[in-house]
Amino acid sequence: MSRTWTIKIILIIIFIAIMIQSGVQFYMHRHYQLEHLAGPGVTRVEKLSKYCKGLEGTMADTHVFWLEGKEEGGKMLMIANTHSNEPAALLTALIFLENAVIEKGTLIIIPQFNNSGSRGTRPGDGYPLYFEIPTEWGSKKFRMGNRDATPLEQWPDPDVYIHYPDKQLLSYLDIRNTNRTWPGRPNGALMEKVTFAAMEILRNEKVDLALDVHGAETMFPVTNCIVAPERSVRIATMATLVVKAREGFDNHVEPSPQGFRGLSHREIADFSDSLPFLLEAPIPFLDQPTGPKTEKLLLDGKDPFLLSLSKQQKLFVPYDETGWPMEKRVGQHCSVIQEIANQFSRKNAERAILIKNVPRYADVVTNGVGFYFHDPAKWTKDKIYLN
Amino acid sequence: MPIIMIIYYVITAYIVGMLIWNFVKEKKNIDDMILYLVILVPLVLRLLRVK
Repeated sequence: MSRTWTIKIILIIIFIAIMIQSGVQFYMHRHYQLEHLAGPGVTRVEKLSKYCKGLEGTMADTHVFWLEGKEEGGKMLMIANTHSNEPAALLTALIFLENAVIEKGTLIIIPQFNNSGSRGTRPGDGYPLYFEIPTEWGSKKFRMGNRDATPLEQWPDPDVYIHYPDKQLLSYLDIRNTNRTWPGRPNGALMEKVTFAAMEILRNEKVDLALDVHGAETMFPVTNCIVAPERSVRIATMATLVVKAREGFDNHVEPSPQGFRGLSHREIADFSDSLPFLLEAPIPFLDQPTGPKTEKLLLDGKDPFLLSLSKQQKLFVPYDETGWPMEKRVGQHCSVIQEIANQFSRKNAERAILIKNVPRYADVVTNGVGFYFHDPAKWTKDKIYLN
Repeated sequence: MPIIMIIYYVITAYIVGMLIWNFVKEKKNIDDMILYLVILVPLVLRLLRVK
């Protein structure tokens, strides 16, 4: 055998070994099952495909948890993991799922809305595959996801994504982004089916409040805020004022742009009777000029480069040596969500939504996020849902 | 399978064929050999429909 072919065969063997090693890691990540513990408030569990048959049997299908109070009232839908690389949303949803008790009205929770997005990550950007939240009984392990659905579920991408129904031209990548495919359609791309199914819940169930929970970069102006269309602005403003006055954290209101299509807060407002809100908490991990994208940065939000930029007033949120830890982000979401429900209930007594047993900002900051997660080993088996 | 998917698979197969051909033909430059293999990885995975 010639020297050239010996080198080629060695190279081929090395590449096959790398492909198998990395392929096994990606496969394990894609099929890692997160335990959703249905708490005392959960009265029924459905699949999203009930509302759009095209999702049945796909990786885009996901759980929908219903928490119905004894007394009838209003309805609130909470969507988390629209972007699966913004994990404070998922952690908040799971705190509600495991702990909330509904005294009046109904809370609907979709903890992993873009299920496909949660099954791929960005190894090319150095993202970790998993992250762990410490608890009193050990640690709870989560898949670190991506912003968009994986091309394994929805491929190929178009050269330009033409939004339905407005025909606005958007980035090709956004056809896999479940915060650009609203209001969706039953015969469209897979992510359009996901958002269509959520629209069907909102319309068919006459949902009053629709909350889409996110995280945003500290260098992005739309961060640490509630994005609200015209008819949601009053409740959003009251919620931000109350949390500032009573709980001491800043949270401002951003208007939902009328000319930018496909966003949840825009399309839900235009294509249903629900009041939409999009919640943003700062997530330094997503900023571009940071150090390595480690699990530590994801959880504590401490980065020397962002600290330097903060001193030059380049950030849109206060930032110091304490970073922006996960407890603050999840705590903010918990308080803002409950305050939106409170403000709506004050003005709509008949359609009130009364949520109990969910921590507020100070509780989560003091106790940590893991304090509110229960041990699956001690949980009733038929109340654990794998996703 | 929609027609656009079939076309994409045909294009992928064509590029895979070209890369393998270039890899086989390369006699001296090890950098180029590695480059062909790196480019082949996602295309082979797509062609074999490995998820």
